[in-house]
Amino acid sequence: MASYNTSEFRKGLKVQIDGDPYLMIECNFVKPGKGQALYKCKLRNLLRGTVIDRTYKSGDSIEAAEIEEIQAQFLYRQGDNFVFMCNETFEQYELSKQQVDEAWKYLKEGMVCSMILFNNQPISVTPPNHVVLRVEYCEPGARGNTATNVTKPVTVETGAQFECPVFVEIGDLIRIDTRTGEYIERIKE
Amino acid sequence: MRDNLTYPDRRSGQTTTGHMAKDFGPAASIERLRLRAELLRAVREFFHARGFLEVETPLLSADTVVDRHLEPFAVDVPLGPGKPPRRMWLQTSPEFCMKRLLAAGSGAIFQVTRAFRQDEFGPLHNPEFTIVEWYQPGDDLFQAMQLTSELCQAILGGAPAAAISYAEAFRQYVGIDPHRASVAELARRAAELGVPAPESLSAEDRDGWLDLLLSCCVSPQLGIERPVLLYHYPASQAALAKIRHDDPAVAERFELYVSGIELANGYQELCDAEQLRQRMAAVNAQRRAEGKPPLPEDSRLLEAMQAGLPETAGVALGFDRLVMLATGAHTLAEVIAFPFDRA
Repeated sequence: MASYNTSEFRKGLKVQIDGDPYLMIECNFVKPGKGQALYKCKLRNLLRGTVIDRTYKSGDSIEAAEIEEIQAQFLYRQGDNFVFMCNETFEQYELSKQQVDEAWKYLKEGMVCSMILFNNQPISVTPPNHVVLRVEYCEPGARGNTATNVTKPVTVETGAQFECPVFVEIGDLIRIDTRTGEYIERIKE
Repeated sequence: MRDNLTYPDRRSGQTTTGHMAKDFGPAASIERLRLRAELLRAVREFFHARGFLEVETPLLSADTVVDRHLEPFAVDVPLGPGKPPRRMWLQTSPEFCMKRLLAAGSGAIFQVTRAFRQDEFGPLHNPEFTIVEWYQPGDDLFQAMQLTSELCQAILGGAPAAAISYAEAFRQYVGIDPHRASVAELARRAAELGVPAPESLSAEDRDGWLDLLLSCCVSPQLGIERPVLLYHYPASQAALAKIRHDDPAVAERFELYVSGIELANGYQELCDAEQLRQRMAAVNAQRRAEGKPPLPEDSRLLEAMQAGLPETAGVALGFDRLVMLATGAHTLAEVIAFPFDRA
């Protein structure tokens, strides 16, 4: 398997430690003039999000993580598992609710997401920046109120709730920014 | 690193941030390069005023310093078709040639030159850097420390340097006797102090553990209020310094620290050719054990030492770091026109 030696160390390197994928978020070269060169690194676990400190001496190496980004469409949800299919290979991937994280709020059948694979195992999924969802339930709003600064909770077809302006009604299509979870606009059909 | 730097835009005269800058432009601002030139002149004047002779020695040499942790760039000089090239070395410091001058009776000498060290690149390292090196025959370690402190004061201002022994610094900042603690004790202290040790650091590598503690716990504390001279390094890290006659655990070696940054390294020089030969053989044995290529042990320096090297102290100082500290910069790239990644 490929590996990186210390002279290739840099921020952004994706490596594998004890079987887990890590992103090198800091790499500091220190060396006493006549002494051992050290690389003081901070690495983020891409599965758990935890950050570890590791020190390497020159000549050490770390295994490279086989990390790949693919486009995959969401097929269906089965209990707490979410099933996706790669658009190129038609291979199917199952992710837990924990791996899907916030993305579950936006997943509609057929939606194409970008998925990160580590050793061909999915570790995370990111929906498109903007998605359109149908409103399933909300309290009725005051007729004629077009103000956007007054909001109410709205439940959409995925079961997620978003804060929307009071004029949004059941059956409307709304556009949401998946990076912030904020309402953008109502779509006319 | 580069992303944080600013570069002047030649056409508009505006300063732009790193990723916007054209790759041909210098990493250091013209203003910093002007200050650098003034400091270079001040360093030269410091030595001229004290009667040192400015010398020049080759960058490319048949000999190279044999050190466990210094990797020289090898240059294979072609000697014509069908003939094997001649291996030469870019200098990791001008030490060998300057000592050959001392052996020839030069008296006090200094030079400002380039040194090259492979695989040393970071905020405080550039594989090609400017070194100021000087030798004062007749001086001992403490006289060399005194002169180093005076140079530091002349360039950076402030108070004279304080001095602390390697042993005392380790007692103070690590809580351990560096000359007597076992590797197990050093490793335990590192763990207690939360220093993540490289997994590859072996239980036999006592100096490796000392370097780890020095880099992580001691040197960052040195030279904060005023410059600090750290002296009497372990004999195992003597490099080309004499071993102290009354304490074989200790080498006549010091380093100067300013704001936690190592600025200079000095020795009361080893003059005994036979001891030098033994040290080089020991270093090459270590290098082979670590999978590094051995370096040539025969050198004209050995011949010069056999002929007679006068008792002398010698010091090397990183000029780029000095400029960095003098101009309030935080990385070498801010004071070098074209650092390694845009050389």
